Amino acid sequence: MEYPKYLSYSSTHEWVEDLGDNKARIGISDFAQHSMGDIVFVNLPEVGDELLSGESFGDVESVKAVSELYSPFSGKVSAINEQLLDSPELINEKPYESWMLEMEDISDSEELLDADAYEALCDSEEH
Amino acid sequence: MKLLFEKSIDSRKSSFLAECDVPTIDLDKDILREQSLNLPYLSEVDISRHYSQLERRAHGVNNGFYPLGSCTMKYNPTINEKVAKLPGFVDVHPLQPEETVQGCLKVLALAKEYLTEITGMDDMTFQPAAGAHGEYTGILLIRQYHIKHGNVKRNKIIVPDSAHGTNPATAAMCGMEVIGIPSTEDGFVDLDKLRAAVGEDTAGIMLTNPNTLGIFERDIKQITQIVHDAGGLVYYDGANLNAIMGVTRPGDMGFDCIHLNLHKTFATPHGGGGPGSGAVGCKQFLAEYLPKPVIELADGQYSFVNDLENSIGKVKSFYGNFLVVVKALAYTMTLGNEGIPLSAMNAVLNANYLMKLLSECYTIAKPGICMHEFVITMDKEAKEHHVTANDIAKLLIDHEIHPPTVYFPLIVPEALMVEPTETEGKETLDEAAEVFLSIYRNAINDPESAHKAPVLAPIGRPDGVGAARNPILRYKNED
Amino acid sequence: MGNYLPSTDYQQKEMLDVIGLDSLDALYSDIPEDLKLNRTLAIPNGKSESEILKFFSELSEMNTVYPSVFRGAGAYRHYIPSIVQSITSKETFLTAYTPYQAELSQGILQSIFEYQTMIAELTGLDVSNASVYDGASAVGEAAAMCRDRKRSVTLISAAANPEVIDTITTYCNSSNYEVALIPVVDGVTDKEALKQLLVENVSAVYIQQPNFYGQIEDCSDFAEIIHDAGAKFIMGINPIAAAILKTPGECGADIAVGEGQPLGMPLSFGGPYLGFMATTNEMVRKLPGRIVGQTTDDEGRRAFVLTLQAREQHIRREKASSNICSNQALCAMTAAVYMASMGPDGMKDVAMQCMSKAHYLMQQLDTIGLKRVHSGRFFHEFVTDCSDTDRVLAHLASNGILGGLPVESGILWCATEMNTKADIDKLILLVKEVI
Repeated sequence: MEYPKYLSYSSTHEWVEDLGDNKARIGISDFAQHSMGDIVFVNLPEVGDELLSGESFGDVESVKAVSELYSPFSGKVSAINEQLLDSPELINEKPYESWMLEMEDISDSEELLDADAYEALCDSEEH
Repeated sequence: MKLLFEKSIDSRKSSFLAECDVPTIDLDKDILREQSLNLPYLSEVDISRHYSQLERRAHGVNNGFYPLGSCTMKYNPTINEKVAKLPGFVDVHPLQPEETVQGCLKVLALAKEYLTEITGMDDMTFQPAAGAHGEYTGILLIRQYHIKHGNVKRNKIIVPDSAHGTNPATAAMCGMEVIGIPSTEDGFVDLDKLRAAVGEDTAGIMLTNPNTLGIFERDIKQITQIVHDAGGLVYYDGANLNAIMGVTRPGDMGFDCIHLNLHKTFATPHGGGGPGSGAVGCKQFLAEYLPKPVIELADGQYSFVNDLENSIGKVKSFYGNFLVVVKALAYTMTLGNEGIPLSAMNAVLNANYLMKLLSECYTIAKPGICMHEFVITMDKEAKEHHVTANDIAKLLIDHEIHPPTVYFPLIVPEALMVEPTETEGKETLDEAAEVFLSIYRNAINDPESAHKAPVLAPIGRPDGVGAARNPILRYKNED
Repeated sequence: MGNYLPSTDYQQKEMLDVIGLDSLDALYSDIPEDLKLNRTLAIPNGKSESEILKFFSELSEMNTVYPSVFRGAGAYRHYIPSIVQSITSKETFLTAYTPYQAELSQGILQSIFEYQTMIAELTGLDVSNASVYDGASAVGEAAAMCRDRKRSVTLISAAANPEVIDTITTYCNSSNYEVALIPVVDGVTDKEALKQLLVENVSAVYIQQPNFYGQIEDCSDFAEIIHDAGAKFIMGINPIAAAILKTPGECGADIAVGEGQPLGMPLSFGGPYLGFMATTNEMVRKLPGRIVGQTTDDEGRRAFVLTLQAREQHIRREKASSNICSNQALCAMTAAVYMASMGPDGMKDVAMQCMSKAHYLMQQLDTIGLKRVHSGRFFHEFVTDCSDTDRVLAHLASNGILGGLPVESGILWCATEMNTKADIDKLILLVKEVI
């Protein structure tokens, strides 16, 4: 399981990459894709949608599960990774390259974890 | 194997209709379909052989043991099929005048009389077509009751985490918020958690008893009391009635409203997924909300009553899956007052006997006396030997036994839920137990070959991921 | 008394011994004494098979089976090729469960895949599900597919079947969503009124083709009107008429639904019937119910599975848009065998015969003074006026004919390929005797 140091993480297993200028990218963690199994579909919002911190912005589906995606902050969707819509397996293969959203004008961020703290959280969830 | 469409030979056909004996109408071009209608061109023998081939690639209760937990795959008696094919039932239009359908109305009235007695309810509708449809109807009765009593804020339905997945989905469909409560370690409703969950916003609770672990909730009276005291109502998911019919009644446990799966407990065939019937029973105080029309008997004549101010309306056209009710009534009358409890007792006997035999190797999730079904957990085997519940299921297929329900209930890891039903003889259970035990031992010794099962079925394990990633949901002609 | 218990008393005792109990009653020690019934159920003693057959034969004979039927209104008498019943009575098809275990259920899964293909062909849309309970509940499910956070009102043509209107109203109201009726003018949906009703919170519009009065709606511009307002177009069709009329696909519908009973299912006092649903690729993940997909097995052989299950209740629980977890599989098979038997030419023949016979009936009624109340085109049903409906229908009934359905403006008549010219001429003579 990988937990890259340059990212921060939400307790709901999204990773966040700070792009500066109040912009960020969001994806789901290695731990999340692993526990979901083979991902078959991802449902993303549209560019321009306004999201609130903690709000669900879409979901990912595997054959046996569906998991909601939560926005760690408020802001506006400035881009979505359209490649994932056709090739959702990329999330399994390269979770940290398979970003889902770019957001701008972000505010009201929930408390994010650093890589070590997030790894500890994942360990505890695995028992 | 080939699809019907791949067997089509252009302009091959059978003819079933007489020639049109009135002038053929000319159609205006603007309303005509231009898309071609790509149905196959086949002769009758092509169709006959095609479906015989499909039949060989399927498994019914007639083919062998079918211990699919929570589904009550009991034998479907042939006399029920025969009476449901009588022309006096089959060729009757649903909108005929009442005086010309007295036989149909009597079927519905008798089925109501007997099934309300078995369940301890006062009234019943046969409009819902399936268990989930029955749940929907039942929760609508509860919702309507609260609305009519001015309690619009009662919009929360409590669902234990051991419940069937339909329960929360049903509550949501009825505009209710779902409050999940965890079960105790033994799989029972946690009374303290329940007390903490009920309140002024409680519409009701959905429960099945015996629960999904196959255990009777001993505290059921207290449970229903707690919910009633909070002003909520109690819904009975009838999927597991087969264990207790004629022995104890949901109505006496404090349930206000129930659905029955006539295609489980009352022996009507599942048809590969339907048609079923999800009859809904209720106590008298909910009867005014039942779907319309209801049937009334006056001066020896049955009639429909449609003018019902408080009814929830209709959940389906007409009166439900009528022919399914005919079959269930025939079954109920065949068994009668003695056969009903005797069947329940034998269902429980068979489950306990098989559980005893299987416990030689398998870990039973909740040991002790079970009701009509029991749950095995393969958690240890999965962790230590990489042999999963799914492997056991697939191995059984090679022995022509339909696998138990897998990965349910969710509260048991690596679950196999086994329900033999009462219509299996001791020798069938003995043989099945031998198969269960031998595949277990082989799988532990050689997990690799277990992962390859089944090898004798028409296909091996299918690529479900590929199916969901690139859905092919219909045949398309290449040209 | 009859029962289906193979174990003998002796075997039951053997089994109890293995478990370590001394009686069947001991199996129920978990049930508190005060909850036990402890009395005999107040239902009759069990019956033998011969008694059951006699009892039900007598019950069925209390019903009137009309040799000649001119009533439709949502349930239609058509000719059913004998192979349909022969195939759907096969015990394995009858007694199998939902095809959860794909390896053991290829026959059921493939039959559903073939059915889905046929429904997609019939409706001219991309994909079909494995079917739902009936045509009326299908509309309720379709309405739920179209709602989102901003749009929740469903508009229904008042010319739709009343059973359907009642059912969809229950479905929408139950989840606190609104339904409004679009008025009817001269037996068809009033388009001007529709335009007025299409405000920004409307999620879907339901139009039935042909409608309850048998009228053929002008479906050339519904899609444009509805889509311009940002709503979805749900088109209800009669599957027989669909063989010759413009398809929902051609009409720009987003979802097609309908009652599949005419595809080989007998009248059966209203059920079991079949709800079919088809939609576009864009909306497939909102489609409720079972869906079968084609894939391959571990050796590359063609295989069928239940797919896109993340839409469904057992995974999505309270977030699923529907709680449905079954289909009418045997009825879907019935429809597939029916369509395979008839073939494309046979399907068109049935449709043409229905329409031709209904027009002949209408002309003959017209000559004896029962005038059609609507103008415009119709398929196999139409409404005439009638000064004494009860008398006409009673006279027909006493001569073995189920006449049309009494409706507000007169009688709703129906003709299918089952009504011969001689039947129609006889009906005309009888009606003439009492008007």
